[in-house]
Amino acid sequence: MKKTNIIQAKNLTKKFGDFTAVNAITFEVKQGEIFGFLGANGAGKTTAMKMLIGISTPTSGEAEVAGLDVYKNPEGIKKSIGYMSQKFALYDDLTVKENITFFGGIYGLSRQQIKEKSTLLINELGLQKVAGELVGSLPLGWKQKLAFSVALLHDPKIIFLDEPTGGVDPITRRQFWEMIYKTAYEGTTVFVTTHYMDEAEYCNRVSIMVDGKIEALDTPKKLKEQFNVASMNDVFLKLARG
Amino acid sequence: MGRVGDRMKRFKGFIRKEFYHIFRDKRSLFILFGMPIAQIMLFGFAITNEINNVDIAIFDKAKDATTQEIIAKIVASSYFSNNETIKNESEIAAVFKKGKVKAVLIFEKDFSKNLIRDNKATLQIITDATDPNTANTISNYTNSILQKYQQEVNKDIQIAYQIIPQTKMIYNPELKSVFMFVPGVMTIILMLVSAMMTSISITREKELGTMEILLVSPIKPFQVIIGKVFPYIFLSVINAIVIVLLSIFIFKMPVEGSLFLLAFESILFIINALSLGILISTISKTQQTAMMISLMGLMLPVILLSGFIFPITSMPLPLQIISNIIPAKWFIIILKGIMLKGVGITLLWKETLVLIGMTVFFIGLSIKKYKIRLE
Repeated sequence: MKKTNIIQAKNLTKKFGDFTAVNAITFEVKQGEIFGFLGANGAGKTTAMKMLIGISTPTSGEAEVAGLDVYKNPEGIKKSIGYMSQKFALYDDLTVKENITFFGGIYGLSRQQIKEKSTLLINELGLQKVAGELVGSLPLGWKQKLAFSVALLHDPKIIFLDEPTGGVDPITRRQFWEMIYKTAYEGTTVFVTTHYMDEAEYCNRVSIMVDGKIEALDTPKKLKEQFNVASMNDVFLKLARG
Repeated sequence: MGRVGDRMKRFKGFIRKEFYHIFRDKRSLFILFGMPIAQIMLFGFAITNEINNVDIAIFDKAKDATTQEIIAKIVASSYFSNNETIKNESEIAAVFKKGKVKAVLIFEKDFSKNLIRDNKATLQIITDATDPNTANTISNYTNSILQKYQQEVNKDIQIAYQIIPQTKMIYNPELKSVFMFVPGVMTIILMLVSAMMTSISITREKELGTMEILLVSPIKPFQVIIGKVFPYIFLSVINAIVIVLLSIFIFKMPVEGSLFLLAFESILFIINALSLGILISTISKTQQTAMMISLMGLMLPVILLSGFIFPITSMPLPLQIISNIIPAKWFIIILKGIMLKGVGITLLWKETLVLIGMTVFFIGLSIKKYKIRLE
């Protein structure tokens, strides 16, 4: 049975004055998929993602996220998605528990739900001992995992990860990808931007953006075949150098 | 009902988090609560235009009943103490050179006689102007003592001429400088706490990346802003109360007008300053920038152009015109009116309207800027 599309974009475009940051991109993401969104810095990844998460209105084109139109219902989209940026933005001067409570609160979870979720989450991450400590005192890897779990607190249909592994060591990155797999296995769609090409190999499908356009979109295996190279890194280099 | 309840709960959670930020940061705690008290004490006690027990010398060429009486009055005031008596002109330069004496009063010969015959007599006041403020104050005080004396003497007789130039001091007849400083210090502190602290706390979220997370969440941008400024409204009101209490109980400053009006105008000014703070946060990327803009763009004009330290009427015309766009100027006029003169809204409606207008303008502008930034 064919899986339904959870993200659908058609000729999605964003212009800033004369500059076209995103140039008529068309793609779809299937439910439960790990979708890699690749591109060099300045290729338009972040702008494209901002349109999909409802904080930037497209100049033209169409897009639906979780069945909701990006023009008509950006607020509805915000409720259906989770988001984590490369800064793993949690409040350093709040404790682990206070952070969970706060973010649970702004997503409209009830006190009871927050209580259950935070106990579950703290046990799962093994943070029982530091639950009452300020997040600022935790190692980076822990913060990253916590930020990821917090972004999943309200059971979103899709989670958007904006370069989630920037600046962390390889072991932590590996563990983080295990979390991503687990999440996708449980049914949440994962939309991830990265510029680590080894990470691209972990994705079900990847798209590669160059100068505002999607130049390639397929499974890592097929892309390597298509460009006749051994690794995703080489695919990327071939595309980027034109 | 459920939705409103949800929203209130979200809002409460937001505010709780904001208070965590404030109470866990020692620097902001100090700025919030240490600064107002330190400033008001500093201005009240240390920085003062008043003079007390200044040493003066007296050169009485007349030595008649009138001059004796005037001298007695001057010495009896707490402002002056008669340090030396001079017998001839050549001693004047000598006493100044010794440095202790700050002023010499010279009564002309036949002081009484001239006063009765011509209705006119001369008292020369020579002041040591190496400290211009003190010199100025000394001559003002002496004038005021002389005038009081004249009024006493002339109670029954109508006299056409007066001995001295007329200087009239009302509202702060004792020239207590702390009374002048309280409205200014209150303005500065409310400006600092409201504008600087909010602009820093909003840019901090931008810098940390949490603002992005908040914008992606279902909470609306204006709810984020209201949630962020609400605690500062609360804290600024507490600050205003502390300042007013300090000035009443420590400096015995009278609050002649309505406390209700004072509270209303203070909240209006706080909201004005908060909207400026939001505006600053929309144009600055880092906390440092926000702080610099707040200090240079808000504090300096408040100190220099609001009439707090330098009287606006004695500024060059261009600066007088510029001073009109500074909210603090209007708030200081309102504060002085309420606290010192006891006037009500009937006389302050114009200034109040200016403040309201400015607040609406700043809020409108920051909403617009905020939207542009979101694009």
